[in-house]
Amino acid sequence: MNTNLKTMARSILLAGSASLFCHLSLAAIPIQHWTQANGAKVYLVESPAIAMLDVQIDFDAGSRRDPQAKAGLAGVSASIASKGVAATGKEPALDENALGEAWADLGAQFDSGAGNDRMSFSLRTLTEADLLSKAVDLAARQIGQSAFPDYVWQRDRQKIVASLKESYTKPATVARRAFSQAVYGSHPYGYEMTEATLSNITVADMRAFYAAGVQSCGARISLVGAVTKVQADAIATQLLSRLPTQDCASLTPRPKVPEIAALTQAEEKIIPFASAQAQVLLGQPGYKRNDSDFFPMLVGNYILGGGGFVSRLTTEVREKRGLVYGVGSYFMPGLHAGAFTVSLQTRPDQASEALAITRKVVADFVAQGPTPVELKAAKDNLIGGFALLLDSNQKLLGNVANIAWNDLPLTYLDNWTEQVAKVSTLDIKTAFAKKLQPEKMVTIILSGTP
Amino acid sequence: MKHQTIVGLAPTLTANLTRPSRFLAALALGGGLLFGHSAAFAQDAGGVQQFKLANGLTVIVKPDHRAPTAAHMLWVRVGSMDEVDGTSGVAHVLEHMMFKGTKLLKPGDFSKQVAALGGRDNAFTGRDATGYHQQIPANKLEDVMRLEADRFANNQWVDDEFKREIEVVKEERRMRTEDSARALLAEAANAVTFTTSPYRRPVVGWMADIEALTPDDVRNFHHRWYVPGNAAVVITGDVEFDQVKRLAEKYYGVIAPGVMPVRKPRPEVEQVGERSLNFKAPASQAYVSLAFKVPKLEAEDLTSLTLNATTMTASGRDALALTVLSAVLDGYSGARLQRALEQGGADGSQRVADNAGAYSGLTGRGPQLFVLYGVPSEGKTTAQVASALRAQVALIAKDGVSDAELNRVKTQWVASQTYKLDSVFAQANELGANWINGFPLDADARTITQLRSITSAEVQAVAAKYFIDDHLTTATLLPQPLDPNRKPRVATAGMRH
Repeated sequence: MNTNLKTMARSILLAGSASLFCHLSLAAIPIQHWTQANGAKVYLVESPAIAMLDVQIDFDAGSRRDPQAKAGLAGVSASIASKGVAATGKEPALDENALGEAWADLGAQFDSGAGNDRMSFSLRTLTEADLLSKAVDLAARQIGQSAFPDYVWQRDRQKIVASLKESYTKPATVARRAFSQAVYGSHPYGYEMTEATLSNITVADMRAFYAAGVQSCGARISLVGAVTKVQADAIATQLLSRLPTQDCASLTPRPKVPEIAALTQAEEKIIPFASAQAQVLLGQPGYKRNDSDFFPMLVGNYILGGGGFVSRLTTEVREKRGLVYGVGSYFMPGLHAGAFTVSLQTRPDQASEALAITRKVVADFVAQGPTPVELKAAKDNLIGGFALLLDSNQKLLGNVANIAWNDLPLTYLDNWTEQVAKVSTLDIKTAFAKKLQPEKMVTIILSGTP
Repeated sequence: MKHQTIVGLAPTLTANLTRPSRFLAALALGGGLLFGHSAAFAQDAGGVQQFKLANGLTVIVKPDHRAPTAAHMLWVRVGSMDEVDGTSGVAHVLEHMMFKGTKLLKPGDFSKQVAALGGRDNAFTGRDATGYHQQIPANKLEDVMRLEADRFANNQWVDDEFKREIEVVKEERRMRTEDSARALLAEAANAVTFTTSPYRRPVVGWMADIEALTPDDVRNFHHRWYVPGNAAVVITGDVEFDQVKRLAEKYYGVIAPGVMPVRKPRPEVEQVGERSLNFKAPASQAYVSLAFKVPKLEAEDLTSLTLNATTMTASGRDALALTVLSAVLDGYSGARLQRALEQGGADGSQRVADNAGAYSGLTGRGPQLFVLYGVPSEGKTTAQVASALRAQVALIAKDGVSDAELNRVKTQWVASQTYKLDSVFAQANELGANWINGFPLDADARTITQLRSITSAEVQAVAAKYFIDDHLTTATLLPQPLDPNRKPRVATAGMRH
């Protein structure tokens, strides 16, 4: 204990002496990449300044792989996977409490979760040798030897059902659920987890789901921290060492998930709800992450509603008229065309006014694109502020994992500002016209009687 | 659930896979290593430096050259606790109006200029402080210092701007508080927990007060509190001390010193009897919180120490022991409350809660609380949860805590010191918070030295001493069914207590 404390204290004093990014604007972001014999793809940025390591491991086991009748399976599998490891050889089993204590004793953090596309595990640990090896080993056990204890699932299901019921009383979540179903239709991105789908899920389902998706062959491991390439390779190997060995070449490819159908007409849904604010959502399916219009869409949405105080939506709806606290637009490009969403909240009697202005702002933008002045302001912010996307290990890890997951070039970050600089007003107008049809959007208005 | 104490200019959207533990989040002390509050300049190996300008404004600098970015924060030692009845929320409204112009800038131009520099900006208001911050490419530091100094000294706008922005603030209140059963409960509970302390009012303000606020209320608040001696500029990142000093003198140093505001003490009267509150709001799950009045870490607790001293005032030691107690109860996955209330023992037979937790207010300008809270599981009552929460504290009062538990929470605290070095913004945030509390800049180092020596017996003693009925406020949420035909609350009805 004392030794560890001293080591950690020393590491605090040494922090700041090394320099990873000092010529960030001039030099390439040094992402190292290799593929391991087990099929895992590893991405590393060495960041020696602070004696800590952040790791993210992503698998093709997101909720898009949920069966409709078992919606929620990916999420609960990720959760229950981290609540107990099985015994092997001379290593005893560890229950959820033993795991919680072990992580706290290491001063480390381990997390698991599932989004639309990926199941992800994350580890943050100090790099003092003894702590690091114990943390990596414990993470490996959690990833590869999950016990999926049934008693934990039976208990946690009660908790999840209770919080689902609570969420039905919250205006924002009710509106969002309705929006998601209307935009995605029958696509898995729109599946709704309910008490019924949860009651269909067993720990056997979790094991099967996990076995199909959490495999070394498809794993993407991103690391940022005070480790060398040799160490990182050993850490990556160890993290997956307890998963079943596979011959990647002979594996049957995973089934293809269908694409999201485009909307054929506008739909407006009004949900009566006794809330202090109306919730208004407007949108449609957006675009996929690998779309060639990615950069025009990124810059364009900054101007439309993604740029905070300076966006068109904020200017028109909040600054000029005082109708809302928050209004914004965003896309969620993933393996499938994640939704374009505009959302705002306002007093019920102002909802139709705020919606009308919002619709006009969106339609005008799609029809006419941005002005040259807006484009310059967007580029000034995005290019000038590029370094802010990377100025901590945590932020850098998110970017590296993005490159890893989406098979982006290793030079992606090096060329990012150049890609933004190349975007023209015409590029944005053309791209938005292809992606968005304001006359075919879904509108959700959840509101009390004004 | 923490009481909601921070409100701000704009909603922030964050999605983050890694969730720090509640304990680590609760231990956000300052990150610096220096001596504050003397006019003298000082420096040490941690690389934090502090000085005062001639007009009284404090400047705190921590260079960190890992990336070519910097965080620039202006902290004003004024928050909702400095407001008076009838104008609650004025500190927060002023924060909004600070974006509405100066002699030189039109409304909205501040944010436009920061955006054009490649920066991000926002602001927040809490009980104890108001903060304005920009994250920028380091070579734009001079520009944001010029902009921030200008609005600190010269904020001005026409009444028409106020009329629109006050509507924005009302929407913010509706979103944060009025559409959230637990936020409404927390607000009401707070107003019952505190009697004479201004902590009893919500940071965002009562709706009726927001409605009645005038432009001059806001201007007067700015004039009174935004003086250099009541503010600190904190800059972390890829900067040099000499450069910051020169720029601070150039932009902040020219502001007239003004009159330092005089503060009335307004302490909380001693609570001499149990309080309880039932609150009805649309919800599915009930909720109960138990708030006990506890001591906090005072500036003198830290300044009176030399770094290696092993003694502190008794109340300071108690505050630290209470923080350890909260971590033993709820500081990590599988800690005592989760195990006892959410899991209910090995066979689940004692399970009473879907969620249970604890936190202790270690620092702050006003009185602090130790809070236990829980959400009953299906078929259980808030009374059963309250009783189970108190039973866990009583168990520690009877038997103490194990060495393993004690070491575990200390290890977590020390590890968090390393992790927080990852973000220059987080470091600026903590340096500013330390200054607001009047702490020395090496508060962390001093606190950790003390924490290491906290014993099981001390944790046991505070568990026995502070959890008495006379100092308890119990707040219970009684869930009400949704009524889709119910008219929304009229803004001024039912919101005052």
